[in-house]
Amino acid sequence: MSISAPTPRKSRNKGSGDPLPRTSPVGRVVGWTSIVLVIVATLFPFYWMLRTALSNNRAMFSEPLSMLPVEPTLGAFQRVLGLQSTADALAEGGSVGNIAFGQYLINSIIVCTLITVFQVALSAMAAYAFALLEWRGRDTVFAIFLIALLVPGMFTLLPNFLLVRDLGLLNSYLGIALPAMFFSPFVVFFLRQFFLGVNRSFIEAAVIDGAGQWRIFRQIALPIVMPQIVTISILQFIFYWNDYLWPLLVGQTDESTLLTVGLGIFRSQTPQGSPDWAGLMAGSLIAAVPIFILVVIFGRRIVGSIQSSGVK
Amino acid sequence: MATMPLSAAPRRTKPTRPRRGQAVPALLFLLPAILGFGVFFAWPVVRGVYLSFTDYNLLSAPSWVGLENYQAIASDPVFWNSMVVTLQYVVINITVQTIAALGLAVLLHRFTRSMVIRGVVMLPYLIANVVVALVWYWLADYNLGLINSVLDAIGLDRVGFFGDANIAMTTIALVNVWRHLGYTTLLIFAGLQAIPKDVYEAASVDGAGEWRTFRSITLPLLRPVLAFVLVVTVVGSFQIFDTIAVTTQGGPVDATNAITYYIYDRAFTRFDFGYASALSVVLMTILAVIALVQMRVLRADQSDLER
Repeated sequence: MSISAPTPRKSRNKGSGDPLPRTSPVGRVVGWTSIVLVIVATLFPFYWMLRTALSNNRAMFSEPLSMLPVEPTLGAFQRVLGLQSTADALAEGGSVGNIAFGQYLINSIIVCTLITVFQVALSAMAAYAFALLEWRGRDTVFAIFLIALLVPGMFTLLPNFLLVRDLGLLNSYLGIALPAMFFSPFVVFFLRQFFLGVNRSFIEAAVIDGAGQWRIFRQIALPIVMPQIVTISILQFIFYWNDYLWPLLVGQTDESTLLTVGLGIFRSQTPQGSPDWAGLMAGSLIAAVPIFILVVIFGRRIVGSIQSSGVK
Repeated sequence: MATMPLSAAPRRTKPTRPRRGQAVPALLFLLPAILGFGVFFAWPVVRGVYLSFTDYNLLSAPSWVGLENYQAIASDPVFWNSMVVTLQYVVINITVQTIAALGLAVLLHRFTRSMVIRGVVMLPYLIANVVVALVWYWLADYNLGLINSVLDAIGLDRVGFFGDANIAMTTIALVNVWRHLGYTTLLIFAGLQAIPKDVYEAASVDGAGEWRTFRSITLPLLRPVLAFVLVVTVVGSFQIFDTIAVTTQGGPVDATNAITYYIYDRAFTRFDFGYASALSVVLMTILAVIALVQMRVLRADQSDLER
């Protein structure tokens, strides 16, 4: 992203540099009102999840307009974590299906960590070879890798399902993770740009000192791009956390069901007449809260990397 | 991920003299990636194309049927319906989302540099499709959902947002506008930040008004960013699946049976892998053509600033 010309007056607002243009008072009122409306429309559904999850599912039906939880209870959370007795679940108008979100949470954490760690580490190695090593055919091979970025995921889905089935890995952590563990064209592309920015005189000095490529990668190049490694790791973790179709096909036992898939199952088990909305929203929150936490901690990095992906 | 830098042309490294001996370390560094590319990408693509010419039900070995699947697709009313409803989804989704994001980006750029506000606006994009779909499925529920309860309370008729065949696809398109608005806004926002300030100063010296400035300066200078946004979001939009899978499941009466859902349905509820593979090839071809046409029409790789 190009940085705008140095501005004489220091911006009062932290963040990126350029000063705000002057606006008429009317314009300011209209503008800010619109922004506040968008923020409310963005946050309200999340509040409604919380309000619903903390309500008594049976009592809630008589007060659909109540802005606060109806007969507040943690019952819905206990229910989806498998901690509520059938009698209590029925008393609260909840689903009595077999739902184990505690197990799904653990599955999601393990699978997404497994994918992220391997994918980012191995993609970083590839990105290093594309950026800082000189070899014949490099640009051609890189271009072939980028093709993978353009083919829709749907297309490799069916054959990869067959492959994982033939490997005997259906309904296992490894079956869900394996196709994504070796590389991601997006991560290779992303990290290559930052490896290209590494000052070559560091590397040439290390070569003169007799350091091998592995040592140069580990001790010189990798530390320099570490901030970008952290950013892309967070983005990829969130991406796989939210993924639905692939884990739906490959992980169908309790021991391999991820949170998104568990939510889908819960939703389809819900009877047509009196759905367990409190339970569904409690499960949804369990899937969403880890992302909220990541956003609070790393929001600035995430915003920055999304913005810079648009403009180069 | 759906994010991809705008200029796909690789930034050239300085043409250094090729050093002997780096091919071997390069190969070692690339070995895992090459393995993954070959086994989980290249081979599946080849196998997918092969399967599209076969009849395969997962139980017995695939049997070669030539172009039969493709001929069947050409006269499959469910396929044509899926193309129509997918297109309907894409048009509503992309139009509303792009215009709303453009407006919001201009507003944010005009009034605030707050990272917190941008973080909040982006939040829905980071939450799972499935979660977003369920929240809106609940908010828009016919009997008990908040929206219909409010409509009822103020004396209006309830709306079958997900249950009415005429409305369901529009509802799903708008739910995904809600999820993607912040992402698209951030991309456009970054484009706005990249427009040099002196262009605006020149315009205001010339006495150009707000609307005039927006139309003659902001929009043309944003064109490369908008082109990138459109290529990425349109191709992503065509692959709508999660929201449909957890809400309408293709119904009512195929009104939301989009192409990816139809592929999933043929493959995993009817175990018709040959036919589903042929549908995938058709989808991939359509997406490739759309992306190419968009790149040509929008001249996505050129900036007006450089002319």
